[in-house]
Amino acid sequence: MLISMNWIADFVDLNGVDLNALIQKFSLSTAEVENEIFYKGSDLSGVVVAEIKSVEEHPKSKKLHLLKVDIGEESLVDVVCGAPNVRVGMKTAFAKLGAQIGEITIAPRELAGYTSHGMCCSEKELGLSDENSGIMEIFEDVALGTDIKEIYQIDDIVFEVDNKSLTNRPDLWGHYGIAREIATLCGRELKPLPKADLSVYNNLPKIDLKIEDPLCHRYSCLQFENITRHISPVNMRIRLFYCGMRAINFLADLTNYIMLEMGQPMHAFDSRKVEKIRIKRFDKPFTFKTLDGVERNIDENTLMICNDNSPVAIAGIMGGLDSEIVGDTSSLTLESATFDASSVRKSSSRLAHRTDASQRYEKSLDPELTVAAIERFVKILSDFDSGVRVTSSLTDEYAYKYDKVTLNFDKSFVDRYTGIEISNDTIVNTLTALGFGVRVENDSFTVDVPSWRATKDVTLKADIIEEITRIYGYDNFNINTTVAPLFPVRAFLEKTTDEQVKDILVKSFGLHEVHSYIWAYTDEQKKLGIEIENNIKLLNATNPNIETIRKSMVPNQLCQVKSNTSYAADFGVFEIARVVNGLKENGLCKEEKKLCVTLFSKTKDVATLYYDLATILSSIVDDVKHQSLEYKSAETTLNYIHPRNYNEILCGGVSLGYIGIVHPTVSKKIDKKASIVFLEIDMDKLVSVENKGIHYVEAPKYPTIDVDVTFVSDKYAPIASAIKEVNSPLIKKEAVVDTYEDESGKSITVRLTFMHEERTLTKDEVMEIVDKIIAILKNQGIEMKQ
Amino acid sequence: MNEQINELKSQLDGQLSRVSTTQEIENIRVAYLGKNGSITELLKKMGGLSPEEKKSFGQAVNVLKGYASQAIANKIEELNKIELERELNSLPEIDLSVPTHLVKGSYHPITLVQRHCENVFRTMGFNIEDYSEVVTDYECFEALNIPKFHPARDMQDTYYLENGQLLKSHTSAAQNAIYKKYKDALINEGRPIRAIFPGRCFRNESTDACHENTFFQMEGVMVDKNISISNLIFFMKTMLSEVFQRDLKVRLRPGFFPFVEPGFELDISCAICGGEGCPSCKHSGWLELCPCGMIHPNVLKEGGIDPDKYTGFAFGLGLTRLAMMKYGVKDIRDLNSGNLTSLDQFTDDK
Repeated sequence: MLISMNWIADFVDLNGVDLNALIQKFSLSTAEVENEIFYKGSDLSGVVVAEIKSVEEHPKSKKLHLLKVDIGEESLVDVVCGAPNVRVGMKTAFAKLGAQIGEITIAPRELAGYTSHGMCCSEKELGLSDENSGIMEIFEDVALGTDIKEIYQIDDIVFEVDNKSLTNRPDLWGHYGIAREIATLCGRELKPLPKADLSVYNNLPKIDLKIEDPLCHRYSCLQFENITRHISPVNMRIRLFYCGMRAINFLADLTNYIMLEMGQPMHAFDSRKVEKIRIKRFDKPFTFKTLDGVERNIDENTLMICNDNSPVAIAGIMGGLDSEIVGDTSSLTLESATFDASSVRKSSSRLAHRTDASQRYEKSLDPELTVAAIERFVKILSDFDSGVRVTSSLTDEYAYKYDKVTLNFDKSFVDRYTGIEISNDTIVNTLTALGFGVRVENDSFTVDVPSWRATKDVTLKADIIEEITRIYGYDNFNINTTVAPLFPVRAFLEKTTDEQVKDILVKSFGLHEVHSYIWAYTDEQKKLGIEIENNIKLLNATNPNIETIRKSMVPNQLCQVKSNTSYAADFGVFEIARVVNGLKENGLCKEEKKLCVTLFSKTKDVATLYYDLATILSSIVDDVKHQSLEYKSAETTLNYIHPRNYNEILCGGVSLGYIGIVHPTVSKKIDKKASIVFLEIDMDKLVSVENKGIHYVEAPKYPTIDVDVTFVSDKYAPIASAIKEVNSPLIKKEAVVDTYEDESGKSITVRLTFMHEERTLTKDEVMEIVDKIIAILKNQGIEMKQ
Repeated sequence: MNEQINELKSQLDGQLSRVSTTQEIENIRVAYLGKNGSITELLKKMGGLSPEEKKSFGQAVNVLKGYASQAIANKIEELNKIELERELNSLPEIDLSVPTHLVKGSYHPITLVQRHCENVFRTMGFNIEDYSEVVTDYECFEALNIPKFHPARDMQDTYYLENGQLLKSHTSAAQNAIYKKYKDALINEGRPIRAIFPGRCFRNESTDACHENTFFQMEGVMVDKNISISNLIFFMKTMLSEVFQRDLKVRLRPGFFPFVEPGFELDISCAICGGEGCPSCKHSGWLELCPCGMIHPNVLKEGGIDPDKYTGFAFGLGLTRLAMMKYGVKDIRDLNSGNLTSLDQFTDDK
């Protein structure tokens, strides 16, 4: 919202106040002011009132005229002017030689063979409005040659308050509310708003009015006739323009002026169209043409102003085209009302039509404003159009009154909340200046909240603290640390495990951490031929590509791998993030935190890469939990996974997740030659696994004996279980040292390491154990290779 | 006999002068000093000599033996020296100016910034919490004093899910759960609640270089019996100075957030111009950094804490924004791109 300092100065004496410092203070104490401050009129000088004494056609141009103008000096000035509205006797704004208009300095100028010694200006050229159809006409009775800055409020400081920072302050949506803040900040008095006394019309008839819906809180109206003025006073138009509004006609401008001044939106109807004002909603949807000419769909939740049963305006949003003031309108009805804030907000967002009025109504306006705004309207109207007649008494239905808010608190409450000492006098003065009623007795305060702050903004003691401290100034606070007993801060395993795993992957294995989005990358996955797993969807995704929440991170990560295939011949990526695995029984999302790792290699065969990934996983589990892993073949219907190489990962009896090889059809789409493997484990399950810790074993005192045995087998698991079955304490270590394939099939060479804690072993006792293992495997049909 | 000794000596000298390998020396050693070596043989011949002759001959042979051992040892040493010299010369000087190519892993920049912030807060006694991304309307709005149709909901374009839940639009969604988790320790044991909760947030908006629908924040809260605005300013200034590793000036302005009262926008003095005013702070000398405020009494109450007995403050730091500021990331979309060419630079930053 744009604020004019001249307008503020109507209500607060700003003489001697450093206005730039004041704006800064306002930003620190009330609401955010945008950085750019506009010094209106600062680039305008040397423009005076002139009268056109003669007008001649330009011999060579149809558009141009040759004028002689009187600027109150000895001789007339020759001017070449292109405006269509020039006429003898007209007074206009004239930029003399040497005048400054924005970047331009006026100098003698040749125009089609004639020299112009100055320029007649339009309001737009002067920056006073967007009126550019002709040169400005001056009606004021002033001496020719008078600087226009002496007759109009052209010099002004205009600043913009960020609307978002006014969300909770319905009282700051007009200049008068801002003026109250400014008066408080510079310790000056706030002048009352000049208003008309409406009681003189009490004998006139009332308007037929009935609120038939609780969404209308208050409706006040008044009828007028005989309005003769059509164009608003220049100063009014300048203010409207400086504050971002176009001048339309006197009546419309005046409703806008009151809105910008008091924050109360108003609307004027042609009285013939609102003989029986009814405020209500309709049972059925219909279409309605607003005064901007747009046909709008109105539903049964939208509150309407009606003439009996015909809608004439959308309450709080915009008037209808049919009830607009037209050429032959002789009587008009002025509306000043309050509506339910959220109803206006919902309607305006449903209609996708946000107006200056609805923007204000959404903030919960003070219903006390409606009548005051009419009083103010009548005052200004009659000041500028003395022939106006009021033809009704004030008609006012006040259906919903807010409760009066009174708050009680002690000085100690303020001390505790602020942590500093603010005197009772400061508290009283601040609150009084802001319009609060304050009584104080023995450090005990009773505060009446003014109506303009009591619609929702100030309801609690804590709200009063804000009023006191923001005016006190946060820069003036002494700052202090807290005092509290000392307690240990325990690490939160769910967090520390994440970090531990990241360190292992980055530092030990050179993997890269990436981030991806929480939804399935629909388009990218389709390109790789990955089916999107059915899962919960976003209701309001703007883009179907991000609609489905991911059930697994693997497909997204494969898409990311795809975009990195030229990064390196070998690389691995990982992410710890969340997926939604369908819904729980209570209907809430089953959210799970996962670790997903993908390895990509153009140099290694897929089996080697798969072992690499298993090694990484073992390393994580060994570091984090000092446990080992087991794998169990798993089945899957997911089409991006190799059907024969997909394993469930088990650790200490807990199923952590799955490890697998990417299905060749998908893998080839990522890269024709690369091997790609992945794993995904549940971090919470990893956290739940028991940490076995480090159990120290002394270094061997006696020599160990290694025995290598080779079995013809394509799987290691039976060998491992045979070793387990013999259950010999002398076996200290087992390792696969070689696998190879020849005419007899796949073979695995196992190295068994034996040791006795108290003596040197003999070859015979070692071989006895080895023979047992061989025998067990032979029974299962697994032969030892000679 | 002495001729024999002299002859052996000159024969040995001649042979030693010609050897070039340690094996040859070993052969010589065996030939002269071995069990059947020529010097040993000389001693065996002493049987037929008179005691005087034995004595003088024995002495002479022993001198020869000593000489031979020494000569052989010297020769070995000489050869070892030559061998070492040869080995040293065989390895040329290695050119270290050739670039190395160790494959290093990398962290996501958010991880690095988050760890840095977490360390700052850990040292000040804050618990570090984790929280879900899918939350209920209650957690994200109702519990935070944002009732339905409150204009504050205008400020957030939230992603809603089919089941009525939503993707959290701010980390404040965890506040209620944090209060409930720690309120008993606060009330019964007098342990102040001090917690931070970093997390990923989502807003339904179109993305460009400055806007993302997915980003990270870090929320912090502190609740105790007499937490004041004065404490809030102190902590914000101290913590942010630690985070930015310089002595910061901070400035508070009123800001409206329904879950705090009073609420503030906190500005820090611009790092680039030091407060003089420059293009990056739009010539104001200040950078708007984080919203904060005294926790709204309704929010405490909803978390099971009596607002008449306890007060607290809360703040929200934009981790994504911090990461961008710290590393000069110009396009926010780089962070979720998964593009390793840009992300692999973040090897570590402690």
